[in-house]
Amino acid sequence: MLYIPGNNPAMLQQGGIYGADSILLDLEDAVALNQKDAARILVRNVLKSINFYNTEVCVRINHLDTPFGLEDLEEIAPLQPDAIRYPKTETVEELAKLIQIIEAIEDKHNLPHDKMTIHAMIETALGVQNVFEIAKFSKRVDAITIGGQDLTADMNIKSTKEGSGIDLARKMIVMAAKANKIDAIDTVFVDINDEDGLRIDTEYAKQIGFSGKAVINPRQIDIIHDVYMPTEEEIRKAYRIVLEFKKNKKEGIGAFAIDGKMIDAPIMTRATQVLELANIDFNSI
Amino acid sequence: MKNIIGREVPEYIEGIGKTDMFIGAWEKLKKGWMDEPTIPPPNKAKTPHLSKICETLEEAIKKTSPKDGMTVSFHHHLRNGDNILVRSIEILANMGIKNITLASSSLNEVHNPILKYLKDGTITKIWSSGIRGDIGKAVSEGVLDIPVIIHSHGGRVRAIHTGKINLDLAIVAASAADEEGNATGSHGKSAFGSLGYASIDMRYAKQVIVITDTMVEYPCIPISITQNFVDYVVKVDSIGDASKIATGSTRITKSPMDLRIAKIAADVIEHSGLFVPGFSFQVGAGGASLAVAKFIREKMIKSKIKGSFILGGVTSYVVDMLNEGLFNAIFDVQSFDAAVSSSLMENSNHIEIPAALYANPYNCGCMTNKLDIVVLGALEIDLDFNVNVITGSDGTIRGASGGHSDTASGANLTIVVCPSFRGRLPIVKKYIHTVVTPGETVDVLVTERGICVNPIKPELEENLKKAGLNVRKIQDLQEEVEAIVGKVKEVEYTDKIVGIVEYRDGTIIDVIRQVKK
Repeated sequence: MLYIPGNNPAMLQQGGIYGADSILLDLEDAVALNQKDAARILVRNVLKSINFYNTEVCVRINHLDTPFGLEDLEEIAPLQPDAIRYPKTETVEELAKLIQIIEAIEDKHNLPHDKMTIHAMIETALGVQNVFEIAKFSKRVDAITIGGQDLTADMNIKSTKEGSGIDLARKMIVMAAKANKIDAIDTVFVDINDEDGLRIDTEYAKQIGFSGKAVINPRQIDIIHDVYMPTEEEIRKAYRIVLEFKKNKKEGIGAFAIDGKMIDAPIMTRATQVLELANIDFNSI
Repeated sequence: MKNIIGREVPEYIEGIGKTDMFIGAWEKLKKGWMDEPTIPPPNKAKTPHLSKICETLEEAIKKTSPKDGMTVSFHHHLRNGDNILVRSIEILANMGIKNITLASSSLNEVHNPILKYLKDGTITKIWSSGIRGDIGKAVSEGVLDIPVIIHSHGGRVRAIHTGKINLDLAIVAASAADEEGNATGSHGKSAFGSLGYASIDMRYAKQVIVITDTMVEYPCIPISITQNFVDYVVKVDSIGDASKIATGSTRITKSPMDLRIAKIAADVIEHSGLFVPGFSFQVGAGGASLAVAKFIREKMIKSKIKGSFILGGVTSYVVDMLNEGLFNAIFDVQSFDAAVSSSLMENSNHIEIPAALYANPYNCGCMTNKLDIVVLGALEIDLDFNVNVITGSDGTIRGASGGHSDTASGANLTIVVCPSFRGRLPIVKKYIHTVVTPGETVDVLVTERGICVNPIKPELEENLKKAGLNVRKIQDLQEEVEAIVGKVKEVEYTDKIVGIVEYRDGTIIDVIRQVKK
């Protein structure tokens, strides 16, 4: 997920070209206070006029406790981007308020309630403590994300490259997301020139279960894709598992082995996920 | 009248004569020989042990007996660090020489100071592969009565061979030379690499001056310029600004946009059917073009593919690829940074070649003819894939034809890489200001918003589609760009022709008209 400042027209119009799976048009932290109105108008017009191709489009609004949050929603929600990202989510009560306002706007414009989803962003210690309830609260919440910089500040700890201070939070967020079968998106890696550091951080994020990672520079996208993309060997293996599974199922055989290893349900699930990442249709096998 | 690609070119141009119209990229070459005869190079003589050394450039120039109406030539291997061209023209101007034809292989911003000599009649005609800076702007505004002639690198050799450019004096800057005029660009304090463009001047100019800031003991090795063609040798303190000679343009870009375009271009190459062992390759120095080399390098290592040769303008990045064993050889007509010079000296598979061997269309096969893949830039491209690399969005001359049309004509796969728009200026357009490279020699356009394949290459389009690449019609891309940036107000011109764009075979592919103020 590529972050794009909402007040930068040059970057906004190019949002769809870098191959990111999703882009985040930011009205919050990337925009200075005296630029908030301009950014909101710009993002609104960009949503109306620019083709982002197959990239998922998400808009990060300001929190409803700020003077800008409500106006952001009033301008952006009628345009129904793929998702609204809500910053500094701490409790289900504020999530309920957000959804109530969004749905009122949608009703006003005769828009459905099931199209635009919500990404709840966890950036405080309280948010981390409540993350399971937040993830569970509504079907509209289809992703939980972590804001590493703000969380570090909230916890009053030093930001480090390996992010040891927020490690527990990252794992709790992943667990809450997985428990509710929704996506967990990792925080950004801020040093854009440290490609090796980004790779290590992304490998770790993948290892602990994040389904993706946010980036602040398009140059970071390929490394993240590279880490998340299954290897040719993994794809071949997954293909073989699914192929054998389908063959055996046809013949009424439940359990079977490949190269002496038992293939059970979790392995099948994993194989299917690998094929999904490789853009291979399960039904085509 | 309109030529074969629909460009309005008069049949007769004042100061030039009857126009030889462009008839297609390879039409004129098809029969295998050329009707234009090759003119004989001058016969010169010198008695033994006479010194060629002159104390100053002025003394050397005076010895060549310059006269009104002469043609004087230079090479542009010193890039924006050159201080020989301006100094030489100043000397000629101070001698009162008028009506000079300037035949520099290219003109850059560093040559801005000669603008006053275009205004006062010292220089009245220009042949060059490119004109940048104040001179390009002034020419576009009509400072000269006779149109400048823009040629390609290969076309320049052809024009000299056939006597269209008749060199009276060649002033050849070299980073090292000996007392007889054997010279090189590969070592010395101002080392710049290959002297490929100067080779033809050396052979055909009636008089040749070699100027250097590093005199070495006889013989100067390696010998790029040979003593049998050299009349005078001058030692000066400096031939140019070494920091600008070594432009450092060979670092891989960090621009996300250029990297994105380059990555797509590398994917195109990978799935073109030509990314096979033994392929030959050429990329430019800047932005997206050089970045393609980075991605191709990664793909070559991953696929264990070894190429045949790298051609053209050479960067230290492709020298590294040679040293890694990814290619067998580099043929170097022009080195883009000083770091390349040491490779030229030390690596026998890094070979300096003259422009004639590089790209002259009038011979039995220049090296561009042997190219598999070339990656080129563009200032503008139209719906027929015709490319402009000479005039900017304001219609003024600001670029260079260089080897663009030479390599596009020769390569099996010509890829043009450019953003679909820059700022608010469309690059993919219905109508472009000037055509330098005809669309029939361009196979693919790669932009950040997709890949457009020339309809003359349906198999290539099929290959790329099968590979899942984002292939789309150039018309759709142009419409999308126009929707984003809006319709641009067209530049207005007068009827005066200020420049002629020669195709590499000497025919006229387009003209450049004076921009209305």
